[in-house]
Amino acid sequence: MSPKRPDVRRPLPAGGPSVLRRITNHATIALCVGAALVVLVPLGLIVWHLLSHGLRGLDLGFFIHLPKPVGEPGGGMANAIIGTLILVGLGTLTAVPVGVGAGVYLAEFGTGRFATLVRYTADVLAGVPSIVVGVAVYGLVVIPMGHFSAIAGGLALGILMLPTIVRSTEEVVRLVPQSYRQAALALGAPQWRVTQQVVLPAASAGIATATLLALARAAGETAPLLFTALGNRFWSVALDQPIASLPVMIFDYARAPYEDWNRQAWSGALVLLLIVTVVSLMVRLTLRRIPQN
Amino acid sequence: MTSSFPADRASGGVVATGLPVRHGARLRGSADLAYRRLLGGLAALVFVVVALIVTEVGRGALPAIRAFGFRFLVSTQWDPVADQYGALPYLLGTLASSGLALLMALPVGLGTAIFLAEIASPRIGTVVAFVVELLASIPSIVFGIWGVFFLAPVLRTMVEPWLIRHLGFLPLFSGFPFGLGMLNAGIVLAIMIVPTIVSISREVLLSMPRTLREAALALGSTQAEAIAVTVDAARPGILGAVILALGRALGETMAVTMVIGNTNRISLSLLAPGATMASVIANEFTEATGRLYLSALIEVALILFALTIVVNAAARLLVLWTTGGRRDVAEAA
Amino acid sequence: MKIPRNPMMAAIALASLALPLAGGAAHAQKLTGAGATFPYPIYSKWFDQYKEKTGIEINYQSIGSGAGIQQVKAGTVDFGASDAALSNDALKQMPRKVVHFPTVGGAVVIAYNLPGVKTALKVTPEIVSGIYLGTISNWNDKLIVAANPGVELPAAPILAVHRSDGSGTTNIFTTYLSAVSTPWREMVGANTSVSWPSGVGGKGNDGVAGVIRQTPGAVGYVELAYARQNKLDVASVRNKSGKFVMPTLASTTAAVESAAPQLAKDVRTPIVNGAAPDAYPIAGLTFLLVYQDQKNSAKGKALATFIDWAIHDGQQYADSLDYAKLPSGVVKVNEAALKNLTSDGKPLAASR
Repeated sequence: MSPKRPDVRRPLPAGGPSVLRRITNHATIALCVGAALVVLVPLGLIVWHLLSHGLRGLDLGFFIHLPKPVGEPGGGMANAIIGTLILVGLGTLTAVPVGVGAGVYLAEFGTGRFATLVRYTADVLAGVPSIVVGVAVYGLVVIPMGHFSAIAGGLALGILMLPTIVRSTEEVVRLVPQSYRQAALALGAPQWRVTQQVVLPAASAGIATATLLALARAAGETAPLLFTALGNRFWSVALDQPIASLPVMIFDYARAPYEDWNRQAWSGALVLLLIVTVVSLMVRLTLRRIPQN
Repeated sequence: MTSSFPADRASGGVVATGLPVRHGARLRGSADLAYRRLLGGLAALVFVVVALIVTEVGRGALPAIRAFGFRFLVSTQWDPVADQYGALPYLLGTLASSGLALLMALPVGLGTAIFLAEIASPRIGTVVAFVVELLASIPSIVFGIWGVFFLAPVLRTMVEPWLIRHLGFLPLFSGFPFGLGMLNAGIVLAIMIVPTIVSISREVLLSMPRTLREAALALGSTQAEAIAVTVDAARPGILGAVILALGRALGETMAVTMVIGNTNRISLSLLAPGATMASVIANEFTEATGRLYLSALIEVALILFALTIVVNAAARLLVLWTTGGRRDVAEAA
Repeated sequence: MKIPRNPMMAAIALASLALPLAGGAAHAQKLTGAGATFPYPIYSKWFDQYKEKTGIEINYQSIGSGAGIQQVKAGTVDFGASDAALSNDALKQMPRKVVHFPTVGGAVVIAYNLPGVKTALKVTPEIVSGIYLGTISNWNDKLIVAANPGVELPAAPILAVHRSDGSGTTNIFTTYLSAVSTPWREMVGANTSVSWPSGVGGKGNDGVAGVIRQTPGAVGYVELAYARQNKLDVASVRNKSGKFVMPTLASTTAAVESAAPQLAKDVRTPIVNGAAPDAYPIAGLTFLLVYQDQKNSAKGKALATFIDWAIHDGQQYADSLDYAKLPSGVVKVNEAALKNLTSDGKPLAASR
C-alpha cells in the first residue's frame, strides 16, 4: 500500500513561510537590532556631553588647585580627587580582608548552615540601597565619633564593596583546580598552607579584578558620603576629618547657580568617568591575559 | 629533591620522590583549626555588618513607628511644622518612577539581549556588549548632571510641550513643562537599568538548550519564531532579570534626586515633579531637626530596605530556577 | 599574611595613613561648620580671607540651616549657621546652652524668569502669598495686572519654586508670609521646612536659583546675592508703609536698623515687614550657632577669635556682596556674648 498522498486540492505551501510570517520575522529582527542601537544612543550622548562640556575646563589647574570661594573664578578639584582616592583606598582596605576571607571560607569550608547564612546575608547586602548604608554608618560611626570623617566615608564604601568581593572570591577560589590542592597536600603541606599559599595565589588574579570592579563602582558613589565624609573645601587628608570627594563636589557644583562651578562639575564628572572606565578596562585586559583553565 | 616546607626540616629538607606522610600534613592540626576559625570569623563579620545595619535602621525608626503605626504608609501629610509624617507620596513616587523606568527599559533591554544572544555576529556582539557594560559603569551622579543639564531642557522645550499639546487632555500628560519631574526621572532610571536587563536576560537566553531553537527551525519556523520559542521558555529568568532591575531602580538615589523636582505632592501627571523614598532621605536627612522628623526619615529608609530585600530575593529565586541553579549567572547582577 | 592585591593601592593606603601624622606636625587650628546657604557667598569670602590672615582653616559646608542646627545638636560640627533662630522650645532641646551670633543681614528676594517682561515687576503681599498658596496660578492674574499697570504680562502658568531642604531662608520667607497673610499663617505656618501647598522644590539657595534661571515662568525666593550672581530679575515688594521697595543694600540695612532696639534685647527678633518707610519687608539676620561652653578650649578660642574678626573686620566685605552690616547695638550684644563663652568653666577671652 502506498503512503497516503497529501490532498492535492490543498497543496502544501512551497517556498517557505507565508508573507506575513516573513514580514513578522524581519520586523522582529529589525526591532531587536533597533533596540541595540537605542541602547547606544544614551551612552553616546552622555560621553559627548561630558567631553564637550568637561574637556574645556580640564587644564592642569583643575588637578592641582583647590576650590575657590563662591563667585571667584579659577580653582580646581585637587582635594576632591585625592579625597576620592583616599576614600576608595580605605574602602578597599576594609572590604578586601573581610571579603576575601569570607569568600575563601565559603569556597573551602562552606557547606553548613553558617555558610548558607553568610551567603544569604552577602546577597542581602548587595541589594541594600547605598543611601541606607549611609544612614546606618551615620548612626554607627559619625555620631559616636562626634564628627564627620574620612573613616566613616571609607567604611561606608567598604560595606558597599563587600558583597561583590565575597561572591567573586568564592567563585574564583572554587574554580581553582582540585589538582593544585591535591598536589600541595601530597607534598605534605598542612591544609591552611594549601589554601593560603597555593589556592589563593592561583585565585589572586580573579580576586584582584573583582576588587577593581568593586572599587570602580565605589568611586562613583555619592549618597553614602553625604552623611559620612561630608565634604571639605580645603586640602585635607586626615582620616578623622571630613574629606572632599569627587562625586559630592560634582553634586554641589552642579546644583550651584555659578557658571564656573557648573563647568567644573562637568570636568569633575569627566575625570570620574575616566577613572571608572580606565579601571574597568584594566580589568578586562587582565581577564584576557589569564590563561583559561 | 629538596623541599622548602618547614615541616620537612626534620629530614634536612630532603624528601623522597614518593608521597611520604609528614607530621605537618595532619589535616586537623591546630594551625588548620586556627586558620579556619580566622576565616570563619571574617565570614561572620559579613553577617555582623548586615545585622548592624538592620538594627541601626530599625532602632532609629522605632519612635516614628510607635508614633504613627500603619498610618505612616497611607498618609500624605509630611509636615515638619506640625510634626506629622506620612510616607505615601514617597512610596508612590518610588513605585511610579521605577515602574515607568521598567516600562521603557524592558523592550529595549530585552530586544538588545535577544540581539546579543541570537542575532548578532560575534564581533558586533562584543562591541555592543562592551557598550552596555560601559553604560553600566557610569556613576549615578553623572547620569544626574546629564539629566539636569541636557535632558531637562530637551524635555522642557521639545518633548513636554508636544505632549501637552497633543495628549494634554489626559491627566497623565497635563501640567507645566518644567523639564524636571517624573518623566525625566523615569527616562534616566530606564537608561540606568537597561544594562541589568540586557546582561541577565542574555545569560538566561544563552543558558537555554540549543535544542529548543533547533527543533523549531527544523519544523520550519522563521528565525524570529525560533527566538520566540526560546524567549518563551526563558520567561521566568527574564522575569527575574526585570525584577532585579526593579530592585536597582528602587534604591537609586542621586540621579533621581537631581531630576525629579522634589515635592511631596502626589500628581497623576508624568510631567509633574515628585519625590522618591531615596530622594527625600538624601534631601532632608542631615537637617531633620527634631527627633520624630529624623525617625520618620529613618523609617522611610527601613521601608526602602525591606522593599529592596523582598524584590531582590524574588528576582534571584527566579533567575536561579531558570538557569538551573547556576549562581554565576545569578551574580551577573 | 594576606598577599598584597595591588601594590599601588597598598602604597596609597599607607601614604594616607602617614599623611595625617605629617600634617599634625604643622598644626594650624581647623574648624568645621555647616549650615545656611543664605550667607554662603560672604562666609566663603570670610573663611578664605581669614585663612590668609591667620592660617586657621574653617571648613564650611553649605547644606542648609536645618542641617546646620541638626549637626550642632548632634555635636558633629564645631559651629552651625542658620538664618532661623532657635525658639526657646528648640533651645531647650539642645544638649547644652547655645548662643546666637548674628553676622550679617540679608534680603530674601522674589526672583522670577519672564523672558518677555522688561520692567521690574511689582508684587504685593497678597500676590506673593497667593502664588505660594496656589490661588494665583497665572502671570496675567488680575492681582498681578493691577499692581503692574502698563506691563504686558503673558498668560503663562506660574511655577512657584520653594526650598526642598530645611532652610533658614524659608524660615524668613514664611515668617513674612505668616505676618502678612492670615490664610497662610493658619494653613501653613512658619518654619525651616513647611508643607508647601504648591510648587516645586530646589535644594539650597543655589538649587532654587538654578531652577528659576532655567525655567521660563518660574518664580522663587532666594537670598539677594544668589539672584545677583545668577542675573535673575527681581521684584519690588510693597512694604508695610505702602511703598514698593527693591531689595538693595540700602533697603536691607534700613530693615535691620529699624529693628535695632528690639534686636538689642533679643537678637532673634524677626525683622520682616519692618515699619520704616524704606525698609525691605522680607529681610533677616543670619546667625552662627555656638555652644556657650566649648568642649575643646583651643577650638573654642579659635572660634571666638574668628567671630570677633567677623563682626568687626569682616563687615567690610558685606557691602560688595549686598549684605547689610550689623548695627552697632547688635555688635555690642555680640561682644558681650563673646565674653561669656567658656570652656571648662573658664572664660575664653577674645582679645580686642
